[in-house]
Amino acid sequence: MSEKTIFELSSPGRQGVRFPAPDVTPAELPDESLIRADLPLPELAEVDVIRHFTALSKLNYCVDSGLYPLGSCTMKYNPRINEDMARLPGFAFTHPLQPIETIQGSLALMFQMQEWLKEISGFEGVTLEPAAGAQGELVGVLIIRAYHQSRGDTKRTKILIPDSAHGTNPATSAMSGFEVLPVPSDARGNVDLEALKAVCDDTLAGLMLTNPNTLGLFDEHVLELIDIVHKAGGLVYGDGANLNAIMGVVRPGDLGIDVMHFNLHKTFSTPHGGGGPGSGPVGVAKHLVDFLPDPVVGIIEDATEEMPPLYGFVTPAKTIGRIKSFAGHFGVIVRAYTYVLMHGAEGLRDISEMAVLNANYLLSKIRHAYTLPYNRTCMHEFVLEGVWPDVADVHALDIAKRLMDYDYHPPTNYFPLIVHEALMIEPTETESKQTLDAFAETLLKIAEEAHTTPELLKEAPHKTPIGRVDEVRAARDLVLCCWIPEEPVK
Amino acid sequence: MFTPHTETEKKEMLNAIGVQKLADLFQDVPAKYRFPHLNLPDPLTEMEVAAEVGHFASANESTRDLVSFLGAGAYHHYIPAAVDSLLRRGEFFTAYTPYQPEISQGTLQAIFEYQSLIAALTGMDVSNASHYDGATAAAEAVIMAYHNFRGKRPRMVLSPSLNPQYRATLRTYTQGYNLDLVGDGKDADLFAGPDGLISLIDNNTALVMVQYPDFFGRVYDYTQLAKKAHEMGALVCVAINPTALGLFKSPGEMGADIVIGEGQPLGIPLSFGGPYLGIFAVRKEFARKISGRLVGESVDSRGNRAFVLTLTAREQHIRREKASSNICSNQGLMALASTIYMSLLGKQGFRQMAELCYHKAHYAAEKLAAIPGYSLCFNSIYFHEFVVCCPKPVAEINEHLLEHGIIGGFDLSEEYPSLPNHMLLAVTEMNSREEIDLLCEVLAEVSHE
Amino acid sequence: MNIPAELKFTKTDEWVKVEGNIATIGVSDFAQEQLSDVVFVEIVPGVGETVKAGGAAATLESVKAAADVNLPVSGKVTAVNAALADKPETVNTDPYGAAWMLKIELSNPAEVAALMDAAAYEAFCKERGH
Repeated sequence: MSEKTIFELSSPGRQGVRFPAPDVTPAELPDESLIRADLPLPELAEVDVIRHFTALSKLNYCVDSGLYPLGSCTMKYNPRINEDMARLPGFAFTHPLQPIETIQGSLALMFQMQEWLKEISGFEGVTLEPAAGAQGELVGVLIIRAYHQSRGDTKRTKILIPDSAHGTNPATSAMSGFEVLPVPSDARGNVDLEALKAVCDDTLAGLMLTNPNTLGLFDEHVLELIDIVHKAGGLVYGDGANLNAIMGVVRPGDLGIDVMHFNLHKTFSTPHGGGGPGSGPVGVAKHLVDFLPDPVVGIIEDATEEMPPLYGFVTPAKTIGRIKSFAGHFGVIVRAYTYVLMHGAEGLRDISEMAVLNANYLLSKIRHAYTLPYNRTCMHEFVLEGVWPDVADVHALDIAKRLMDYDYHPPTNYFPLIVHEALMIEPTETESKQTLDAFAETLLKIAEEAHTTPELLKEAPHKTPIGRVDEVRAARDLVLCCWIPEEPVK
Repeated sequence: MFTPHTETEKKEMLNAIGVQKLADLFQDVPAKYRFPHLNLPDPLTEMEVAAEVGHFASANESTRDLVSFLGAGAYHHYIPAAVDSLLRRGEFFTAYTPYQPEISQGTLQAIFEYQSLIAALTGMDVSNASHYDGATAAAEAVIMAYHNFRGKRPRMVLSPSLNPQYRATLRTYTQGYNLDLVGDGKDADLFAGPDGLISLIDNNTALVMVQYPDFFGRVYDYTQLAKKAHEMGALVCVAINPTALGLFKSPGEMGADIVIGEGQPLGIPLSFGGPYLGIFAVRKEFARKISGRLVGESVDSRGNRAFVLTLTAREQHIRREKASSNICSNQGLMALASTIYMSLLGKQGFRQMAELCYHKAHYAAEKLAAIPGYSLCFNSIYFHEFVVCCPKPVAEINEHLLEHGIIGGFDLSEEYPSLPNHMLLAVTEMNSREEIDLLCEVLAEVSHE
Repeated sequence: MNIPAELKFTKTDEWVKVEGNIATIGVSDFAQEQLSDVVFVEIVPGVGETVKAGGAAATLESVKAAADVNLPVSGKVTAVNAALADKPETVNTDPYGAAWMLKIELSNPAEVAALMDAAAYEAFCKERGH
């Protein structure tokens, strides 16, 4: 089954929205050479558009339809109140360049959010500007670069990245002009300290640490690790993508981490939107506050007895510069603010505790039927091997595809790279025991099927709107656009 | 709050795991720092939160309370009701990146349609699934051009009338590269137009970047500039305002190699600056050089048309430190909003809206220029933004306008010291003739004071 | 796995065939199998360019992986296989024939002597699980 495209649905002469006639005398249009002859957009009635996108929406799996255990993506439930708050007219209809006197509500909210994120993470400064986690990383690494340069320490050209770190880290470091060096993990899934010491020298700019790491494990020697990097003169970047395991449990700033990004779209329940928008605020320790991107929200005039403080935009003294238009994904920040306000300190700790409880509980139900490469208490997620020694030719991908037949979204697969045929499972705290029990049963059933009827897995999915897609054809004969029939791009 | 666990269930789960209490699960966390006290306000219920957050919103004055002539990169347009109605479907907003095509055809096809609509609008062959916003799309264009020449052409020629925030952002992004960014220095001639850039293009130039309409609202035909740039082997990037393309010739027709832009005007609320939408489109020969996600058409195992993320081997999670960008996400939901918006307006509605902006802006500009003490700064073709030379500093005038319930234009002296007393005004279909007349009235008063 | 006896190999899975002072280079059967279906080939240097061993020869992409092809030898590029861009699948179907990538006029023939012969390369592939 397939839904026609919006261009195929077009019927010349239709129009979904009309505009009033001009209430001013129309001006003369410029010379024809500058005016476009044709605007090749489709033509549909409003009802066509509603039905088309409603039909498309029905082809999606989403958090609202069920468990979405994508490791490291934190696909928790998205509270509906967040959506309402972000759409309040006082927020939605404000221009980013309005005079600050007219926008104190938004600025106060942003200032408060900066303060709360500082409190939650143990940092001294926070910027809300980054658009997503990857941009937060870029900001963090550029701050590390600026810090060393401000001290005239220009020989620091190397960033260390443990092999259990998030996949984005190497690209971020390279984009920031650093050389990237991997550090291996030890047998318990921690960063190998001996290997780390061997590469720490005066060319070290920093290390990018994901903790809990992508194996779902909290590094048992995290303090020692940070100390080694600091002693060599490097800074430690914390990848905050896995913050959902440790809110109210430990503050990354207290551990000695120098700079870290948050993922509001993971930890703070803002929706993933089918791929974005995210929001990736960055927190920094005291010695890095001056390097934050331009601008941050600050107090321009202190409060008096009669007047609240005046908030405004401030440029940090040694800023790395602006990293996007305006001051951040404000609509996403409102959602996260709402979420924190509903939880308080105890509620945030409860989130992390239930996330970790759910992951360990699910693991306890299925561990006998799958290979667990690191046998430790996990944090909010865990990684299995999606293969069995006594079953030839069934892979993690087949398990993932088979899960769809049982109405589940598959876990992350083939990541992290250090686990063979990895299946990375993160149930999140918003799933109930009943949901986890049912999912565990399904995973056990699939393990059994792999042994008895492996073809069920190899040919899966059977019950989805479409079957497996020919990805090789998509990449070889590129068709990226449907408005004019063209020769495939080569 | 959103955790469904009962106390009984928690106990059962701990038993199954084989630990006594929750804290036992956190033994790997250094004891010294475990379970800190967090100084946060007490939790509120949904009805309390709604009231509390509502206070912040009502402390703002929005474009519903005030008349606004502010643009400068973000624009107040009408958003048809059907856009948000569809965006609110959980099937769209609570889904993740469509990595599993079998259960993500909705998102995938919507992105494919977005790519197609952007290609149609810009006159380009290929659009990606979007970047964060206009400024970061500009940075990605520079990085793409750099890699296209394998780093052998370090020079990037930037128009001084390219949005200052775009220029600032691309500088931040590329500080780890050894680039030679020229053209937009303090001494740049703002009156020279695109021809002023031609002499800067040499055989070390990877990219020439201009804006259309430019930051001052001016509309230039870049065909000649593109021709000259191509003669030197350089690429041409045009930063667009998509609204203008409802009326004006597309950058594709002018020979652009890359088109970037801020997609916010396409059905996305102003929302105090974000989330917005970074448009990024190229000619087909550069399809494989684009960073960010791309959706392609293919077939499934049952022989039906199906859509899938493609060319993923270029991306950061596979190519790691050799990837040209670290971008992971796209502005999925914002791209969807713009797709719905363009579908609703369609061929005719989009043109009507663009013409409305054009006519109202010209009415406003001509009326303003007739007020003693005010004049139009540039003698060029313009779309829905224009620069007015004022008799007093803009900050002062804007204060006065605000007293009359009007948000004035952008104070150009902040970014262009050579343009003191210059105000950049934007007029869209949202501004009525009465509003424009009121603006002129108040401005006339100011000049008399 | 096919390892032609007359070719020389690198540890990064490029093959070199020397005829007179011209070296032809490509990637091995082992490499194409690891990559799976190749969907994109981009050859880096152009004809007439002087290149050094260790530099970039080409970029390959499959659906799930990307690989850089390194130059095994130094010299002047005398030919590039432009047809490969349109038929990337050739790397899978005929890695030692139609999927040749570059021809290089050797400036330092001693570099060839330092490469592995077929037997050594076969042992090297076996070590890596083949």
